[in-house]
Order: sequence, then structure tokens, then C-alpha cells
Amino acid sequence: MSEDLKILDEVTNSEYKYGFVSNIESDNAPKGLDESTVRFISAKKNEPEWLLEWRLKAFRHWLTLEEPTWANVHYPKIDFQDIIYYSAPKKKPSLNSLDELDPEIKATFDKLGISLIEQQRLAGVAVDAVIDSVSVKTTFRETLGELGIIFCSFSEAVHDHPDLIKRYLGSVVPHTDNFYAALNSAVFSDGSFCYIPKGVRCPMELSTYFRINSAGTGQFERTLIIAEEGSFVSYLEGCTAPMRDENQLHAAIVEIVSHTDATVKYSTVQNWYPGDKNGKGGIYNFVTKRGICMGDRAKISWTQVETGSAITWKYPSVILKGDYSVGEFYSVAVTNNMQQADTGTKMIHLGKKTKSIIISKGISCGKSQNSYRGLVRIAKKAEHARNFSQCDSLLIGDKCGAHTFPYIEVGNKTAKVEHEATTSKVGEDQIFYCNQRGISTEDAVNLIVNGYCKEVFNQLPMEFAVEAQKLLAISLEGSVG
Amino acid sequence: MLRIKNLQASVEGKKILNGLNLEVKPGEVHAIMGPNGSGKSTLASVLAGREEYEVEGGTVQFLGNDLLDMSPEDRARAGVFLAFQYPVEIPGVSNANFLKTAVNEVRKSRNLAPMDSKEFLQIMKEKMKLVEMDKAMTQRSVNEGFSGGEKKRNEIFQMAMLEPTLAILDETDSGLDIDALRIVSNGVNALRDGNRSFIVITHYQRLLDYIVPDFVHVLYKGRIVKSGTKELALELEEKGYDWIKEEVAVGA
Ligand SMILES: Nc1ncnc2c1ncn2[C@@H]1O[C@H](COP(=O)(O)OP(=O)(O)OP(=O)(O)O)[C@@H](O)[C@H]1O
Ligand SMILES: [Mg+2]
Repeated sequence: MSEDLKILDEVTNSEYKYGFVSNIESDNAPKGLDESTVRFISAKKNEPEWLLEWRLKAFRHWLTLEEPTWANVHYPKIDFQDIIYYSAPKKKPSLNSLDELDPEIKATFDKLGISLIEQQRLAGVAVDAVIDSVSVKTTFRETLGELGIIFCSFSEAVHDHPDLIKRYLGSVVPHTDNFYAALNSAVFSDGSFCYIPKGVRCPMELSTYFRINSAGTGQFERTLIIAEEGSFVSYLEGCTAPMRDENQLHAAIVEIVSHTDATVKYSTVQNWYPGDKNGKGGIYNFVTKRGICMGDRAKISWTQVETGSAITWKYPSVILKGDYSVGEFYSVAVTNNMQQADTGTKMIHLGKKTKSIIISKGISCGKSQNSYRGLVRIAKKAEHARNFSQCDSLLIGDKCGAHTFPYIEVGNKTAKVEHEATTSKVGEDQIFYCNQRGISTEDAVNLIVNGYCKEVFNQLPMEFAVEAQKLLAISLEGSVG
Repeated sequence: MLRIKNLQASVEGKKILNGLNLEVKPGEVHAIMGPNGSGKSTLASVLAGREEYEVEGGTVQFLGNDLLDMSPEDRARAGVFLAFQYPVEIPGVSNANFLKTAVNEVRKSRNLAPMDSKEFLQIMKEKMKLVEMDKAMTQRSVNEGFSGGEKKRNEIFQMAMLEPTLAILDETDSGLDIDALRIVSNGVNALRDGNRSFIVITHYQRLLDYIVPDFVHVLYKGRIVKSGTKELALELEEKGYDWIKEEVAVGA
């Protein structure tokens, strides 16, 4: 560190010491972002010194970065000083009963077939201790514990498994990766940590719902999944219920490390509030998700169903380092009304005979814009690497847009890279055919779109797939006149 | 059951149907023949409610209701079935799932509870036998990758499942091999129950050997210009359409 920086550091440090002591007790950080905010968050979470240093390094790097503009999305400039970067998870339920819930959300819950208890939980209604799922969670934790599986909040992991966190944090997505990754690294609130020991096959889907202490992970989530040699885990993120949040900006990071012969399946259903018909008030979702196949024959499979957010900026990627390792990306991205999505994947082939598959289904309705952006890079030493990409776009109506930006870089002549892309419209013919069999136009569109997404839905765990289908139906509502 | 009076319809500004009259009573089978482009499929589409076809005049009554006033799905729910000349493919949607959705929509409109899977499978099995359809077909996506003949057979299978009051078959026989023609015809005949009516559009007398019609009509330039019994079909087979065209020219 240069002398100047050192001095700067001391100054800010002392400011923190005196300026913030009393504030430590408060629940929210003041608006804005500077080093003291980072220190505040770290102190709030009782973090060890090394992690604070890690955050500060990320923050200082962030200061040198510009917000990226290459994505095919348009939104007013974000004022990063006008954001609250830390607010304590709300423990108190905000509602006394479901009757107080926004009728629109209630209707959506009902359509999704979410149980009353679950509805109460999601809506933050005070739940009677008896019907709370504490006991379920305890059994759950015991089962996992016996197998040596760690599944806990990120904050817990920092305290209970510091060695693992130190070793892997930022190892797949370094803070230098991109603007939002740097931001997240500086101010991340909480998230999930998951560790599967050598040779263990996780006997159940790990879903964030069952994570202990899962209250309010906030807008800057951080997830780290480590699968040791020969292990297997299927991880579910998100929730099909509509998620409202006062925080407009979300910038999460997910890191996955899959060792030799290990497999990690990561499924996401993202249904953040997309804003109203005019695009007002929706969530901006800037996510960095990346996994690395460290060892030979390792596998990472991303499946995502993206229906929410006003803006989605997201490219779950796989670095195929081990020989014979496999990366997969299955995606359904639906945009309606004024939504904008720029999503896709990156497959970086480093090892020999590595294989990747990309199946992307973009569906645009209303005045929305839906872009697929994908990179397939075959490094020099990746002998006989193979990729197959299929990027399909479906248009509903004529005011929306679909765009495909495939980038292919092949550094080894033995590689085989195939890319197929189609754009189609939900045909009048198809709709009329359904109508003629007694199926309403709305149901017809659902049926057709679901059929279109089948390859991706097939990758989802059963119950999740059923929910995703229902969610799709809701997202498509009003898409045809 | 069906009464079409002076029906006039156009597509993309081009007048296709020019005052068509037709009455179909319960249980009757009417064959409609006529040269290419005379408006047979257009008639079928108008009856089924296809949007591009604009009705410019005339009335259509179906079971006492104004058919033209109903949405396509309501017409279907009321019992109008169209076997398409060119059945449409719906990738990723299994035949079984498609039909289950359709059957249950129709049931819903009649205030019946949805059919459960077991019952549905049972009925599907029965009806599959009717058109000698392979079980694998029900698991495949609707019409996707089906051969021409398989698509037609699938239409009749759907008809059997939906049990319509009025079925319009638009050239269901074209593209069928001899065995398939027999199978499809048997399927149709099995559904003749004295109440269900059929409008069978065809170019070939041969079909009418299997599905024996009560009436045969010739559609030409958007009108029914000649009607008769099944002998008329034989006559057309022998003489072609020229004599009818001449008759029309003289009459005009
Ligand atoms: N969507 C359309 N756009 C433009 N013209 C159309 C359309 N549909 C039908 N036509 C025209 O209307 C006329 C009648 O067509 P229709 O399909 O009803 O004939 P058809 O009697 O069924 O003929 P075929 O025996 O060849 O099946 C034809 O000239 C056809 O080109
Ligand atoms: Mg025709």
C-alpha cells in the first residue's frame, strides 16, 4: 500500500471509530456508500478483520470502475449514493393477517397454489409457533449434519467455517470481475453457504427456503457452493411467489466450485417485481453467477427461469478447467410489458475434451426487450472441446424485441462448436387450432409457450417445474389481446 | 341443427363466399365437393370462426344460436369440430396433454368437473382403438413430425375424444393410403349415431363409398350450385366439373 493510501486509510478508520460508534446500534446504515459504510456493515455482522479488509479492497477497486453500458438494457442512471446499503433484517411481521395483504399479491399466491401457511410466511404475517416449520428445519439440519453437509447462512459460515470461506471466497468471481461484483464484494449483506464433503450425495434438494436463519438476505446476496470430489448436490434458489422489495437495485453473486467427479445442479426461479405496465418501480437485477469445474469430469449445470425484474443482467457461467468436465446452461427468460432482459451464459473451455451445452429460450411479449448474450471460448489447450448452443426466441405480439448476441472464440482447431438460433412467433394458426378445440386464447398461449420451454423445464426438479409452469402462465397474462 | 343463409365472406378484401345456403339436420352427412379454390376450406374456416375471414352478410344458426356471434372456442365448446385440411404442429405439447386440456375446457363450459387422469386415459385408450392409433402417438408433440396421414388420423382421434355435435372434415381423406382411408372412415362411421351431423369436404368419390352421404353439394365460386344425393358424386367423378361450370355460366 502506498503511503498516501495508508494515510487515507487511517483517516477513514478513525472517522469510523468515532463517528460511527453510536450508530452501530441503529438498524440501518445511512444512505450512501463510502468506506465507513463498508466498515459499518462489517461491524454490524461482527466480522473478522480479514473479511473487512477483503471488503475494503473490493470497495476501493469499485471506485475505479465505471458502470457497464454494453448490455442491451436502458434505464435511468443509478445514483449509488442514494441507496441504503445495510438494513437489519426485519424480525417483526409487518402484517397481522393475510387479510391485510395486497389483494393482487394474494390473488397471485392463490393462482400459484401456495398453501396458506406458506403465504403467511412469504407475506411476513405473524405465524403461530405451532405451525411454523421450525421442527421441519431441525430435522432437515440433522439429516444433513450426519452426512457432513454444511448448509447455512453466509454470515454463520464466516464464523463457523472461516477456513473454507477464506479459501474459496472470491475464488470464482473475484472482486475485480465486474462493476457489480466489486460492489457486492464490498457491501454484501448475507446469503447461503453450502459444502458437500467428498463422496457425499446430498439426499435432498437444498432450497434457500430451508436454510436456517434465512430471514431477509437483502439486496446484495452472496452464495458459495463447494462440492468436494465425487459429491452431488442439487440447489434451488428463489421462489415463484412474487417478490416485492423496496430496494430497487439487486446485485448478487453466486460462486460454485465443483471438484473432480462432482456435480452441482443449480436451479433458479427468479420472480422479482417487474414494475407496473409502464415499467415503473421494478427491480434492477444485476447478478454475477459463475462456477468452476476444478477437477476432471466435474459438472456444473445451471437452470434458470427468469420472469421477474424490470431489468435482468445475468450470465451464469462455467469455467471448464478439469479435463472431461461438463457445463450446462438451460434458460427460460420471459419478458412482458416494459421489462428488459439481457441474459445468457459464458462457457470457458480450458480442459481437454470438455463439453458444454446451452439451451436458451427467450420469450418476449408486450413492449419488452429480450436479449441472449453468450460466449463460448475454447482455449488453446482445450483439445477436442465441444459446445452445442441452441438459442430460440419466441415473440408474442409485434411490439416486443428479441436479440441474440453469440460470441464464439475458438483457439483450438480440434474443437467442435455448433450454434443454432431460431426466432418464431406464436402463430395465429396454432392459437386458432387450440381455439377450435375449445381452448381459450390465453390458455392456448400458455400451452404453446410451455411446450416451447419443455426442454428447460425438464431440467428442473419436479415440484419446481410445476411451479415454474404456473408462474409462466401468470407472467404471460394479458400478453395477447 | 345448422342453417346457413346467404353467407358472404371475404379474406384480405377478396370475396370468397357469395351467398351460400345450406341446411344440415341432426344425424345427416353432407358431402361438399368442388374445384380447387372454390371456397370449401373458407366455408369451414368461417364456420369455425377464424378471424381473418370477414363475414360480410348472411346468417348462420347452430342449435338455435347465432354461430357467427360466438368466439371460436365457444363454438367448439358448443359442439362444432373442424378436422383441419392442414393440421397445425405444437412442439413440446404432448397430444395427450393437449387433448386433456381441450376436453376439460369443454367440460368446464358445460359445468362438468374436470376429468381425472385415470378416466381420461381409459377413454383415450378406447378412442385410440377406434382409429387404430399407436399409443406412442399420444405422447408425441401435437402433430410434430407426424406424416401427412398420421396427422389426419390424429384429427379423427381428436374428434372422437371431443364428441362434437357437428363435425366438419376438410379433405381428411387426402394423403391417406388405402388402409388409412378405411380406418379413418370406420372411425367416422362409428361416431354416426343419428344425432351427430357431418360436413365432409372431399375431392374424391372414393371416400363416399365408405362414408355414405345423405346429400352431395357442389361448391363453385363461393356458392352451392348443385345439390343431390350420392349419385351426384359418381357423376362428378365421371364427368368432372366442366358441365357444372357451364350450367352456372348459362344460368348467370
Ligand atoms: N388467407 C387467405 N389469404 C388470401 N387468399 C385466401 C386465403 N384463404 C383463402 N384464400 C383464397 O380463397 C379462395 C378459396 O380458397 P379455399 O381454401 O376456401 O378453397 P378450397 O375450395 O378449399 O380449395 P382446395 O380444394 O384447393 O382446398 C382461393 O382463391 C384462395 O387462394
Ligand atoms: Mg381446401
